[in-house]
Amino acid sequence: MNQYTVLRVIAKIMIPVILLYGLYIQFHGEYSPGGGFQAGIIFAAGFVIYSLIYGLEKVQQAVPPVAVHVLAAFGVFLFIAFGIAGMLMGGDFLQYRVFMEDNHAAETLGIIGIELGVGITVATVAIALFYAFAGRERD
Amino acid sequence: MDWLGLYNYWVVVILMMAGFYIVIAQGNLVKKIVGLNIFQTSVFIFFISLAKLDGGSAPVYVEGITEYSNPLPHVLILTAIVVGVALTAMGLALVVRVHELYGSIEEDEIHEQDGSD
Amino acid sequence: MAIAIVRIRNLFAVTMLTGIYSLLAASLFVLLDAPDVALTEAAVGAGIAIILMLGTLALTTSEEKVHKKPQNLLALVVVFITGAGLIYGTLDMPHFGDPEAPAHQHVSPRYTQESVDEIGIPNMVTSVLASYRALDTLGEAVVIFVAMVGVIMVIGGGVKRRWRDRGRVLPDGKRDKP
Repeated sequence: MNQYTVLRVIAKIMIPVILLYGLYIQFHGEYSPGGGFQAGIIFAAGFVIYSLIYGLEKVQQAVPPVAVHVLAAFGVFLFIAFGIAGMLMGGDFLQYRVFMEDNHAAETLGIIGIELGVGITVATVAIALFYAFAGRERD
Repeated sequence: MDWLGLYNYWVVVILMMAGFYIVIAQGNLVKKIVGLNIFQTSVFIFFISLAKLDGGSAPVYVEGITEYSNPLPHVLILTAIVVGVALTAMGLALVVRVHELYGSIEEDEIHEQDGSD
Repeated sequence: MAIAIVRIRNLFAVTMLTGIYSLLAASLFVLLDAPDVALTEAAVGAGIAIILMLGTLALTTSEEKVHKKPQNLLALVVVFITGAGLIYGTLDMPHFGDPEAPAHQHVSPRYTQESVDEIGIPNMVTSVLASYRALDTLGEAVVIFVAMVGVIMVIGGGVKRRWRDRGRVLPDGKRDKP
């Protein structure tokens, strides 16, 4: 789709806004509707739009598939790490209270942590699924 | 008019049956997956309508509001939607492989090829 | 909308209608006081799912074959019987928005009344998702990760293969292809 000037220009303007909105949804999920799932999908949508307009190769140069797969595993790992951190500090699995003295701060820290894990997983899984379907050639 | 308060369930049942019909009556594999999606969405609507409370508000704390709808079904459906899309992708991947092996995504043609081998 | 999806044969049109259907479902969720769910449904159903379906159609075929099949009537009968049974079942259900319904009795009051004091963040959906029921969420994250692994195993990860088919290893240690 390289010849559509309107699409290229609009995409260039919109994609940073989409990514910023994804991050907003991710980190403002405690105070307004949102969280890791929605943020991950919106973040991935930015990459998908980019590759629809500029071609899959350009995106795969910036974000290679291997990095996506590793990051997906890292997201799940981050989630479990927060759970085990609670155990190591004397609590139960996924118990955040033991992180700090202040209950509210500890819970918020734990929630932000695992929402980050979920967000990374969802975003990278969505990108990886898109790569899998778009990168396959018809035979 | 006592029974009119149940209309949300009927909407769910109609949508669910539409999805069910697609899954069992249509031979096209992509369409079967679309049918499963419709079925799934009807279940989502069912859960969310259970969570709704008369006079309640969205479950985000605001000073002065005491009635909220039930956040638990929202959480369940939130995760179910994302799991749903992952499984849809899995199904579509299988459809792609089936098309590569059989050259068709129609159920009866695939059965014919299986029978003739 | 759903019935149109049943009838239309062109799979591209079906995909587009599915997207619109998801968007309608999302707006229904907003009306039912579930903004988090609506946001997810709009992003997932109308975004990623449609793109994946279009990718599949590009890899396979976009027209459904027309064929009259005898079991269509049977399927319709099965569907109507199941639907009638389900509607009969709804007659005992609590009314829409009824505060006395069982769903609002058990853990819901604790989540809605005390979670702000216990967790300290205003969005109850997030606190239930990530704190009270974090184990469910963990399972869910693992499920989508496994689904990704499954898709990659079935159709490849979109990586162009660098190695070629080098053939089988013969008994004398050489390969049957260069």
